[in-house]
Amino acid sequence: MHIMEGFLPHPWWEIWFAISIPIVIYGIYRLIKITKNVPESKPLLALMGAFIFVLSALKIPSVTGSCSHPTGTGLSAVIMGPGITSVLSMIVLVFQSLLLAHGGLTTLGANLFSMGIAGPLLAYAIWKICQKADVKPAIGIFLAAALGNLFTYVVTSFQLALAIPIGNSFFDGFLFFGGIFAITQIPLAIAEGILAVILFDFLAKYKGQLLATLKVIKIPKMKKTVEVKQ
Amino acid sequence: MNNKHYIILIAIVVVICVIPLILLPNAEFGGADGGAEQAISDTGYEPWFTSIWEPPSGEIESLLFALQAAIGAIIIGYFIGYERGKRAKKEIKASM
Repeated sequence: MHIMEGFLPHPWWEIWFAISIPIVIYGIYRLIKITKNVPESKPLLALMGAFIFVLSALKIPSVTGSCSHPTGTGLSAVIMGPGITSVLSMIVLVFQSLLLAHGGLTTLGANLFSMGIAGPLLAYAIWKICQKADVKPAIGIFLAAALGNLFTYVVTSFQLALAIPIGNSFFDGFLFFGGIFAITQIPLAIAEGILAVILFDFLAKYKGQLLATLKVIKIPKMKKTVEVKQ
Repeated sequence: MNNKHYIILIAIVVVICVIPLILLPNAEFGGADGGAEQAISDTGYEPWFTSIWEPPSGEIESLLFALQAAIGAIIIGYFIGYERGKRAKKEIKASM
C-alpha cells in the first residue's frame, strides 16, 4: 500500500494531507485523553504500536508470485480506536519513509489515509457490527483485521487511479491497480486476521478488565481458563 | 482458546506463507508496492520528488526491516511474558 516517494502528482498529495492531518490531530487528542484517564492503558498502547511495527515490516510471499505486507492496524483500531491508530500508523510510515525509502514524505498523507485511517475505520465498524449482532469475539476480530487490511489496499488502488490516468477511465485504472494489490493481499489478510485473533484472545484472558474499561468488550471474561505452567 | 489452539492457528499462518513458495517455484516474488511503482513509471510518469535517503544496499535495507520487526517483537514478547508472570505469581500466592 505504500505509494512511493514522488509518485502522487499535484494536487493529490496535498489533498490527502489535508484529509489526513485533522484526523491525526484528533488521534493525538484521543491519545492524550486516554493515557490521562486510563493510565494503565499505556502498555496496551505500546503493544498495539508494536503489532503494527512487526506486521508492516513483514513482506510475505503470496499466491500471485509477488510479495506484500500486512498492516496490523485492524486490531489496534478495535482496541484503541481508529483515531489513535492513525497516530501509531504515522510513526511507522515516517520510520519507513525516512530509513527504508519505503513510501515517502510527499505521499505520507495518502499512505496515512489508506493504512492509518480508512482500514482502521472499516475494522472498527465491522467490530461494532459484530458486537451488536452477538458474533463471537474471535470471528469479529478476524473479520475486522482481515477486511481492514484488504480495504487499505482497495483505498490505495483508488488513490492511484484518481491521480494517475491509466486506461480510458478512472474505473479502468482502479481495476488495474486493484489487480496488482487485491489478489496478492487476500492470503495476507487471512494471516493478519489469525494473528490478531491470537493476540486479542490473550488480551481478553489477561487484560479483560482493562478492555472492559476501554469499552472494547462488555463483560470481562476473566478467571475462565487460567493455566499455570509448572 | 488454549495453547493447542494457538499452535494450530500459528501453523495455519505459516502454511499460508509457505504455500506460494512451493506452488510457484519460478516466481520472482517482487513487492506489490514496487509493481505499482513500475506500472506508473511505464505510463511515462516521472516522480517529482525522490527519497531523501535510501539504504545503500539490499543488505542495509533488510537490516532496517529486521530492526523494525525486532523492535515490535521485543515489545510484544515483553508484554506477554510480563502478564503471564504476573498471573502465575498471583496463582502461587493464592494457593499458599
